Amino acid sequence: MMNSEFAPSIATRPVYGVLEPQQGTAHLMVADGEGGGAILDLFAKADAAGTDLRSSACIIYVKAANGTDMGDDLAQIGAARFYHGPTLAAAMSRIRKELVDAHMGLQIYLAGTETLIGVVQSEAMKVGYPYDGMHSEHRGSLARRVQCVHCKGITENVTTDPMVCSHCGLNLYVRDHYSRRLAAFQGVNIDAEDPGQVPEMVEKFP
Amino acid sequence: MGIQFNDETFRNDYTYRNSPAGLARFPFPFPEDEYMYSVNIEPHTPGRKGSVFEHSFDVDEHYVSEMKDRARVLAEDPLRCQSLPHMTLAGWDLLELIMESKARDYPDMFELHKNGNKWRWVNKPLGIDDTFTFLDESTLPYGPMEYITRQAQGDFTLQDQREDNLWIEAGMVTSQADWSLDFDIGMSFHEWHAPVPLAGGMGIFDRALKFLLKLQYGAPVRRFNWTMTVDPRLDTAPETYPKWGPSKTTLNMDNVGARQHLRVELQTLYRLPRSNAIVFPIRCYLISFQDLVTVPKWGRRLHRVLQGLPQELAEYKGFARNRELLTNWLAQYDDGAPTSPGWWAED
Amino acid sequence: MSGAPRIHARVAEVIPVNALIKTFRFVPLDGGPVPPFSGGSHIVVEMNDNGTRRLNPYSLMSDPSDTSGYSISVRRDDFGRGGSLFMHNHVEPGMEMTISYPVNLFPEDARAKKHLLIAGGIGITPFIAQMAQMDAQNANFELHYAVQSRSLGQFGDELKRSYDNRVHLYYDDEGIFIDIPKLLRGQPLGTHVYTCGPKGMINAVHDLAEKAGWPKGAVHSEEFLAPPVGEPFEVELARSGKTITVGAVQSLLEAMEANGVDAPYLCRGGACGQCECDVLALEGDIEHNDHWLTPEQRASGKKIMPCVSRFSGERLVLDL
Repeated sequence: MMNSEFAPSIATRPVYGVLEPQQGTAHLMVADGEGGGAILDLFAKADAAGTDLRSSACIIYVKAANGTDMGDDLAQIGAARFYHGPTLAAAMSRIRKELVDAHMGLQIYLAGTETLIGVVQSEAMKVGYPYDGMHSEHRGSLARRVQCVHCKGITENVTTDPMVCSHCGLNLYVRDHYSRRLAAFQGVNIDAEDPGQVPEMVEKFP
Repeated sequence: MGIQFNDETFRNDYTYRNSPAGLARFPFPFPEDEYMYSVNIEPHTPGRKGSVFEHSFDVDEHYVSEMKDRARVLAEDPLRCQSLPHMTLAGWDLLELIMESKARDYPDMFELHKNGNKWRWVNKPLGIDDTFTFLDESTLPYGPMEYITRQAQGDFTLQDQREDNLWIEAGMVTSQADWSLDFDIGMSFHEWHAPVPLAGGMGIFDRALKFLLKLQYGAPVRRFNWTMTVDPRLDTAPETYPKWGPSKTTLNMDNVGARQHLRVELQTLYRLPRSNAIVFPIRCYLISFQDLVTVPKWGRRLHRVLQGLPQELAEYKGFARNRELLTNWLAQYDDGAPTSPGWWAED
Repeated sequence: MSGAPRIHARVAEVIPVNALIKTFRFVPLDGGPVPPFSGGSHIVVEMNDNGTRRLNPYSLMSDPSDTSGYSISVRRDDFGRGGSLFMHNHVEPGMEMTISYPVNLFPEDARAKKHLLIAGGIGITPFIAQMAQMDAQNANFELHYAVQSRSLGQFGDELKRSYDNRVHLYYDDEGIFIDIPKLLRGQPLGTHVYTCGPKGMINAVHDLAEKAGWPKGAVHSEEFLAPPVGEPFEVELARSGKTITVGAVQSLLEAMEANGVDAPYLCRGGACGQCECDVLALEGDIEHNDHWLTPEQRASGKKIMPCVSRFSGERLVLDL
């Protein structure tokens, strides 16, 4: 499976690339679901180029919300450290520890859903790592993480537009406006002016 | 004191009013009969006496009531004022800029006494007399940005400059035209302008950013922006959209003159000295349509501007559903006579 | 208007620091305060050198919170175009000079968890101001400063006294050099590195940081270029309707100013981009000497930075 392609959009729409081996003193790879394929491809490229990533690589991999799990394949890579977990939430304290202990020279590779990429980017920025220094590749579900601008609650794995806020219950439309600090798109009440007049839900982010 | 402060509200019973003197100095933002985006930036130098350009930070009859409204908004939603940790120094820069400007421009209302880093700030309209240590946060009841912008009309954002870009990383935003500080904080220049239609394709933001990156200390600039608001509500935030959005559905030919307001933003930009950040004060002025048409030039011109506006802009500015109604009502005040260039009523 | 707002100043002090460097202090003529500034800022000093108007940028080295005046240091360059010689030989206490407001092209990244400062020679000056500001804010910083010899190391000695073990000194003639790769390896995540000094040092820090995997956004440097000397050349200025000659030791920007053309500028050293100018016609070669234009822009032949770049050939027409 190849990396996802996105239609041109507004400026806050995150842009993702294709993972390539980087020069660095240590390599942190975080992926979910289909993103595991991007990590396998990354190691294949490094091997072809004769670049050793394994001896200084830490792979943190979690199952995707849609159930995709490539953990067994990734375990075969033989990275210096490999963690296989159930969810990103479960892996977060481990990711934070990696970042706090790391030195400059660390390369950060992120692969999989927008939620995984965005949440880890936001965490790395909190410890002072420049956003433009991180490498990312989108694979798998297009589901979005949406912040309700009204109650501030974040709804995970949103596939429809409009949607219902999982916290306050308002009907929201999903704006193509993205905050990298929150790692979320913006949800705005769609029937504020005409209560009850909500367009049909359409699956837009499968 | 030279200004009579109104006792008025910007919510519920909406007792906000412009006095005849307030109307006479209202900053009408259209210098010609057509409107399209442009960078339209000019030096923020002291302008015509009595106008909103006379001083760096304009204080008018709404000052005290606006500050009460701000305090109420913050009590309900403290996220309207945020400052990322590295922006504190820029907050001190802003505090100094506003205190020095107001003490210089309105000595009968504001006083700043400096003794080294021991400062005494007197704000007579709000009944404040505080002594604190400059650059020591522990001596103020709030962070420096919050402290001073609870005493200054208009919204404020602070932009950090790095990587050839500007990053909106602190702000006090309680009188905004439907944008969320909480969501936008941390964004780059192009990111926080992303929702604006048309202008990006025109290269407006590229040119504006290039200009602002070179903005010099001591050489502030200004521009106008505008939108429409039903009822004189300062706080039209996306956070509270379900509360104020429905008012748009209640306009008709009989009430539009009293309830529809033109919302004008006088935006200024200053380079700050210690932090190298840029502060972006966004001062909001509201005028009802019925007051606006008392100046024949303004009535004629606003009608023409709304008639010719691209639909995307009417949608972005949030009045597309009432555009025809507003234009029909204003048509009564447009006899087709030519209007003089510039925004001054008397020219 | 071109450049930053200006201050009419008096030279309050001229202090010889060592065989090569003098420190100059400016105070405003009107006795008022100067604006505070951010560490890393420079001012442009205007000189009237026997009829030749020179405007040179110098980093501010005084404490940014000191509003009584500004200090800069100038290293004498016996083979330069004459600005540093003018400062050394003709500027004396009591003289009146015009300086610009501070402009910062080399600011600290305030988000950094740690600031790693690497300086060489006269490149120390912006760091002296930055360290005063960082110290006042309790920021985490560390300076590594290399000079040719102890006899040229006075600034280092002073900084050592102020900041003790946060300052590390190196002397070329004693074979004590900065081990840049080792420094770069040990830094915690969130460190930013800043360098100012000889071109070789700046290039080395950039190259080594890239090899060590540092993101570009965490590597900062500042280098003002002196406009290079060269053969005289002619330029047509389309909007002004003038054809002017740029002398051998004159920059294109200076030649325009000498001919009454008000061209935009800020740093006058190829760094800030403010003087970027459109080329309307080109028969010949532009010698691009700036840090601003991209390789694509240079190759296009459509842009020139008049503060440091020159031309050789038949015809150059600018949109000015």
